[in-house]
Amino acid sequence: MTKRSDMTAEKNWSGQKIVSPDYLLFEAPREKHFMTGSEVVKEAMKRCTVDASVSYPITPQSEAAHLIGELWAEGYIGTYFRGENEFGVMSEVAGCAMAGSRTVTTTSGPGTLRAMENFPMWSGTRIPCQLILMARGINSPLTIQPDNLEVSFLLETGCMIWYAENVQELFDMTIAAFIVAEKPDVHIPIITAVDGFFVSHTRESVMLPADDIALPPYDPYAAPLPPIDSEMPPGRFLRDPFVMKSNYISYATHASWQWEVRSAADRSRKYAKHFLKGLVHTTGDDVADVVFVACGTASHQAKEAHRELAKLGVTCKVVKLRTIRPFPTEELIEATKGAKYIFVPEFNVTGWLYNEVVKALYGRSESEVIGKPRVAGGMSMPVEEILKEVANFVKID
Amino acid sequence: MSLNYMVPASKFKRYLPKDYVELVNYGPFGKTFAECGTKNMGKYKELVEEHPMCSGCWMAYYIKIIFASLPNPEHTVTIGTAGCGRLAISQAAVPFIYGNYGDQNAMASGITRAFRLRFPDQQKDVITIAGDGGMMDIGFSMTMHAWFRGEKFTTIMLDNEVYGNTGGQESGMSVKGAVLKMSPKGKNFNKMPAMQLAITAGCVYVVKMSPTNINKAAKAIRRAIFAARELGPTFIHAYTSCNIEYSIPTPDVFKDAQEMAKGRFAFEEFMTDEAKELFTVVEAKKKKEVN
Repeated sequence: MTKRSDMTAEKNWSGQKIVSPDYLLFEAPREKHFMTGSEVVKEAMKRCTVDASVSYPITPQSEAAHLIGELWAEGYIGTYFRGENEFGVMSEVAGCAMAGSRTVTTTSGPGTLRAMENFPMWSGTRIPCQLILMARGINSPLTIQPDNLEVSFLLETGCMIWYAENVQELFDMTIAAFIVAEKPDVHIPIITAVDGFFVSHTRESVMLPADDIALPPYDPYAAPLPPIDSEMPPGRFLRDPFVMKSNYISYATHASWQWEVRSAADRSRKYAKHFLKGLVHTTGDDVADVVFVACGTASHQAKEAHRELAKLGVTCKVVKLRTIRPFPTEELIEATKGAKYIFVPEFNVTGWLYNEVVKALYGRSESEVIGKPRVAGGMSMPVEEILKEVANFVKID
Repeated sequence: MSLNYMVPASKFKRYLPKDYVELVNYGPFGKTFAECGTKNMGKYKELVEEHPMCSGCWMAYYIKIIFASLPNPEHTVTIGTAGCGRLAISQAAVPFIYGNYGDQNAMASGITRAFRLRFPDQQKDVITIAGDGGMMDIGFSMTMHAWFRGEKFTTIMLDNEVYGNTGGQESGMSVKGAVLKMSPKGKNFNKMPAMQLAITAGCVYVVKMSPTNINKAAKAIRRAIFAARELGPTFIHAYTSCNIEYSIPTPDVFKDAQEMAKGRFAFEEFMTDEAKELFTVVEAKKKKEVN
């Protein structure tokens, strides 16, 4: 099969059996594999009945983009090409998605910043495309090393942002991302982030369902806005373009639309709760003096620190944030109740996650929030560094 | 899909906007070029009616020609960017997309590919319409790369040789020496050779013109759309003066366009052998239908 119109209710165009999202993510038998993050992106996209993908090389996401290209060559993806640069790519992605296609792309660091104009446009046009972001440092000056500062630039674009800790989460999250983004009452773009190199290039054990099953195809006619495919009545779309007017109605129209985009992200919570099994994941003691709030691989390091602190008799908990937009405020408040100290370890210089945590807890928590340790530019975050920060506040023998 | 998607249910029709019902009843949808088209402008419900362009705007006139020339308006999408043209294009009864500054040919690449994927048996026309700044300055790399990739859609550049919408700044398509905002001492490099660039980048049909002759302008637009469907990218470089920034008195706008037609916008038409062959077939068929 090569045409979308060749799909049947049972099989997609590549002959895979169409199954429900719940079956694919939770019920289908799984087998153990040993894969990198880039390889697992291919495996996830293979099971997503993806219509379109546009790519551009930049380290460390290039391999994931190559492998999506292989899927196209193998007949699993409808159209695929390399764009001219990230700005062009994100516009090409928008074109594919506006015309009613399930669309995915990948990028990293400077590529993200080059493409910035697109992200608010994506959310403003309510396209449910997916950007798989393999975070790396931005050029300040040139770096290709792991660092997630770029995520801070994306926080207010109106896109949903989810963060995976490891290869397994990346697989499950990138499948769930399409399902949630395409819900008619959500229908905004989603950015699924991982820390570049640490996840993209690390080989781990993963459990995968068989590759002869896949998600149902995207239905553009269930969208809250009609796709631009000339299959709808020929009304004048902008008879009196509000964008060009300087009056109350034009301001109110634009303002209400921006609120609506953010409300759409809020409405994704119930779906994310189901498909991610919660907006936050907690490990450790139920009631703890020390709580680490982290996302991505920083939460992995926090879990290592928790093991060491447990040996020393310090009650400790790790709260891993799986969604950044929408921000899991209520879940965070609940999970950090009773904490004396909240540490926010991060892989960036500005502490954007610390700022988010402080904002969420302001006036609603007695805990002291400490934005440390903070490493950047490709520096690693050894457990000893985390313990050293904790020792400044908690007596450790 | 058939044209039925646009026909309202009989009991619902009375509640629909008058403009919509008139478009369905008296518009060009599903009709031939001979029935509507440029020759009958004023006699049917046109796709572009009201617009906020300046008095005497030659660009507004040419945009009306573009929409009256569409061979398949019910299955057409236009994409544009910031600029004067967008103000009229966005008010046509044809879906219009405004993405980012200058990214119209990137957007169109995605849309064209998605259409071919979703509607393999249905011809859908994709046309980008943008100014000289949008096409040749801020959108240059995306314009060129869409052509190099051989994307099958039509690009129409409305060249007024200035950034009109933002107040009269120099563009890459302004002529050397032009004193404009941001070139207070006169532009110090040549007008970009858009036609040659398009040919080099692989466009299969390219026209440069000052559209003073409606029939000739319509023929070029239709040829560009027919060739894009079958063969590859096509490009029309049209002179659409800015009478405000170049201080052309309204009564002299047509005269200015005629002078340009004898000068740097003298009619030039390039086509590949395949395009020539295609036009012979398509135009013979149309002639037969008319007769």
